[in-house]
Amino acid sequence: MAGRTEAIMARKGEIMRRALGMDYAEFERTPIAFDYEALMGAHGYSLEDIVAIQAAAGVGSTPLLELRNLTDLVRSFAESGLGARIFVKDEAANMAGSFKDRRASMSTHVAREKGYAGVIAATSGNYGAAVASQAARASLKCIICQEAFDSTHLGQPEIIEKARLCEAFGAEVVQMTVGPELFAHMLELLDETGYFAASLYSSFGVSGIETLGYEIAEEMRESTGAPPTHVVITHAGGGNTTGTARGLKRAGATKTEIVSASVDLSGLHMASDADFNRKSFTTGHTGFGVPFATWPDRADVPRNAARSLRYMDRYLTVSQGEVFYVTEALAKLEGLERGPAGNTAIAAAMSLARDLPREATVIVQETEYTGAGKHHWAQLNFARERGVEVRAGDPRENVPGKAIVIPEVPEQIRATEMDLGRMRRSYVRNALAHAPEGYELTAEDVEFLAADTNTTPETLEEIVAALRAGE
Amino acid sequence: MAGERCTIGQWVEVERVLLEPVDRAANLPEDTAAEPLLVWVKGFALGEAALGEECEVETATGRIVRGRLSDLDPAYTHTFGSQPPEIACVGRDLRARLAEYRAKAGG
Repeated sequence: MAGRTEAIMARKGEIMRRALGMDYAEFERTPIAFDYEALMGAHGYSLEDIVAIQAAAGVGSTPLLELRNLTDLVRSFAESGLGARIFVKDEAANMAGSFKDRRASMSTHVAREKGYAGVIAATSGNYGAAVASQAARASLKCIICQEAFDSTHLGQPEIIEKARLCEAFGAEVVQMTVGPELFAHMLELLDETGYFAASLYSSFGVSGIETLGYEIAEEMRESTGAPPTHVVITHAGGGNTTGTARGLKRAGATKTEIVSASVDLSGLHMASDADFNRKSFTTGHTGFGVPFATWPDRADVPRNAARSLRYMDRYLTVSQGEVFYVTEALAKLEGLERGPAGNTAIAAAMSLARDLPREATVIVQETEYTGAGKHHWAQLNFARERGVEVRAGDPRENVPGKAIVIPEVPEQIRATEMDLGRMRRSYVRNALAHAPEGYELTAEDVEFLAADTNTTPETLEEIVAALRAGE
Repeated sequence: MAGERCTIGQWVEVERVLLEPVDRAANLPEDTAAEPLLVWVKGFALGEAALGEECEVETATGRIVRGRLSDLDPAYTHTFGSQPPEIACVGRDLRARLAEYRAKAGG
């Protein structure tokens, strides 16, 4: 059986070429650099084409809402003159309940155009429901592979809810215990069925999110006369940050600050059977956010289209307790029962808005549906049943997997700034480690790595020199 | 439930071992490495079987999967659960703060 995993992994390149209908080799330039924009444009769809495809699929054009009550709440404790206006793009209004419909609509469109009989995605998240929903509309068969249970067959209720929704849309859901071998099984299924790989990280999927950034810029211009000064993005694998930022740029919103935000899950191991049901968040957390930002090509495609370090201006983290508190506040003050994972950016936005002038505009660019299993009540009860302490207090005392500390007052919501310089160094270290032994960087590599980490070639050369000197 | 049997065409769930512990990926945390990798799939039963017995199913995509019969007419039982006391007051308190702020600000 061990041989079985190795055998299928050895055929990864061949299986993915057939399952994606494209060969990534044509974009490779050196052992490090590849032509990112050529990859993103290879599908041949313009932004207008994507808007039209999504409109036909019933996706996008979601409501932009100003959160006046949340804004005034922040102003009630912000220093005089501070307290930016907070807005949200209610992406839960998409058919399957999240912005993931934008990604899924492009993947299923491409699968249908290319004549595949079905689609497969490996995801425990909202993306599964989005692919299942879009596949149903496109008359495609659909398999969703989920990491769903610990070794005692105890399911994380949020993931069980997503399995339910996938099955409601007619998908086959393959549910597994904890482990990265899920990817090898997905390859086996792609090989067995000949279906299209509806990867979260393909250029099709990530291009589908560009319409979200574009809509935000246009709708904010209409609403306030200018694009938003800040966009806060719940960050996991990087597609949300990448697609939204690219869409904003396409709309000419070049001054908008891109702020990614994740729930801090430091201390928990993402491949641990025991930690699996102690996370209380299945996405939007640092367990995906940091590794994918610092090495995007760990994804299930040869080159990840989601390259968040290219676009991030800041990266904030918030605690589990802060997000649950804000989820409750959003429902009670704004009539929006959403999340909780998708509300990570709302918690970060409240902290951010507190320090910005009143004229600033902060938009949280997505929400997600909630319900049994996903709901913050369900997550808090599930955590307590697992022996995680749940209490009110200072959220600084929150310890992932051990104690969820719910703020007592909104002033206690304070995001933590991640060191992007450190993340850039980590990315460059990973890039060098994946190059052949003794490989010398070319000018093209330096230019690529600088662009991929949103820095200058000079700074990049300094990072490389410091890494080589063992600093 | 033990001893319950499925009929042909019934919607059921089967469980199978995908990888035994010895065959699992390298570099797994110890707790994960000690467990087999299990998989569950639902489908229409292609034969009669009792819970725990081998059974073949035809899945929603038409795949034929063999495994041990693990559930009949599988249910979704996830809920919201009881009111967590730590957040019970959030709405009341924040609405009061907002009203107080607006009264002071004259808004």
